[in-house]
Amino acid sequence: MSQTHPPPGKPGISRRQFLTGTGLGAAATALLRTSEAPTQANQAQAPKTVGFGPNPVACELLVNGARITVHIEPRVTLLDCLRHYMDITGPKRVCDRGTCGACTVLLDGRPIYACTMLALEAQGKKIETPESLYEDGQLHRVPAAFVQYDAQQCGFCTPGFVMAMKACFDRNPNATPAEVEQGLAGNICRCGTYQQMRDALRSLCKKGG
Amino acid sequence: MKNFTYYRPLSLEAAVALLDTRWGTTELLAGGTDLLDLQKEYIAQPDKVVSLTFIQDPVFTRIEVPQILPGTKPTVSIGAAVKIADIAEHAELKHLFPALTDAAAQVGGPQIRNMGTLGGNLCQRNRCWYFRDEHVLCLLKGGRRCFAADGENRYHAIFTKGHPCVIVHPSTLAPALIALGASVEVLGPNGKRTIELSKFFQAPTKPDQREHVLAPNEIVVRVLIPVEGLRNASYEVRHKQSYDWPLAQAAVAFRLIGGKATDVRIVLGHVAPTPHVATEAQKVVEGQTITRELAEKAGEAATAGAVPLSQNAYKVHLVKVAVKRALLLASGAQPDWVI
Repeated sequence: MSQTHPPPGKPGISRRQFLTGTGLGAAATALLRTSEAPTQANQAQAPKTVGFGPNPVACELLVNGARITVHIEPRVTLLDCLRHYMDITGPKRVCDRGTCGACTVLLDGRPIYACTMLALEAQGKKIETPESLYEDGQLHRVPAAFVQYDAQQCGFCTPGFVMAMKACFDRNPNATPAEVEQGLAGNICRCGTYQQMRDALRSLCKKGG
Repeated sequence: MKNFTYYRPLSLEAAVALLDTRWGTTELLAGGTDLLDLQKEYIAQPDKVVSLTFIQDPVFTRIEVPQILPGTKPTVSIGAAVKIADIAEHAELKHLFPALTDAAAQVGGPQIRNMGTLGGNLCQRNRCWYFRDEHVLCLLKGGRRCFAADGENRYHAIFTKGHPCVIVHPSTLAPALIALGASVEVLGPNGKRTIELSKFFQAPTKPDQREHVLAPNEIVVRVLIPVEGLRNASYEVRHKQSYDWPLAQAAVAFRLIGGKATDVRIVLGHVAPTPHVATEAQKVVEGQTITRELAEKAGEAATAGAVPLSQNAYKVHLVKVAVKRALLLASGAQPDWVI
């Protein structure tokens, strides 16, 4: 593939257009045709660094094992890209300032705030959202423990807490409750269900993650 | 957020070539934890954003700890793109520079540490709420006055003499690195230069100044720390255990010879527009055995010259506590305080 400028004035896909599609797969396939994503390989051959945007550019992300391409303006955050362009609404938009943790996703296995990263910056990285925690009719043990111990009230913060907690156990299956609690320091629950979350994580620590 | 053109250079030289000679039109993007916030609040409105995320240069992206042999003067190199989490968890750095790794381990929360970089931590903008409010035209945004000087200033500077803008420098890694004698390697259009970190920061007073002395078209490449066998520690006083900015911080480093501390460095964070070297406190400790009493005296001396604002006299006491505890930690004393 040779280096090309992004398509001039190509509009990004709106949430409404997206939702009227027949499903994620169909929508993504349709979008793939429009233009190339600004990949690293493209740029390496370019003598001069080519800019992307301000008009929408193609952006391919690897989300929960699926490659999805959308057209977005460079200013679109990973969170807004997931929610508004890919209809992946597990990560929640609460503070949108990298403070509350409701938008937590895993980037190459590490918890990050999706609201405080440009979608274009997440290209080439493995993104895991709360949607990845339900596979083949089986709920991942972390959210299952949240259900068992009633560790949520309004539920807005829950997806972020679940992802942050999962990251702790992925990293160290023998993590102690104190270590897991430290791993949750970047998340906040306004309802104050911390005690129930403590109960949930203790039960998971006992099982060795 | 105002829209922009996004650039993805693959080398540091290509990144420098994209930068403007003025502030404001072009911004460097590393972890994004500061820049995206500033853009969302319309404090930063760049036309061009130059991403440093895809530069693979090992000097820029890695931590290098050389073999430490007696009689040599090794230098540790930490690339500017290294994530704060990777500094906090690095076993050799923890052993050599606990002041740095402890400070790194307390930056923001896990997500911030996984995103934020060393270079970004040193070059981040200040946290003053007047500066960060789009509707307030303060000194740093071309206005006529600092609103914190006689406004809501409980988190602002106490070393205010000669400072028309009373921000505190937001980096907690900077005081630790200055105490350790670190320097910064930067790349500009005319090549590389090295700046002692103690001379890297400045107190900004107008829109075309930042909290550091870099030119708008310079990039921090790496931080170099000499391995000098110094005892070192950092202590932060904060409202909350996690996810909070310190109210006051003290980073200390000294050589311990025959039980006496020499070559003493004491650097305060979050009390002045730049990291503040507590010269008077250094004099108190120099050549002495560190006891609780001496650490307390040093804490008193560290507040020399403090002129607090209407709401932050409490920080004077916190500085005393932070200096005392950092000295005791570095001397190997068991903490007798409850956190």
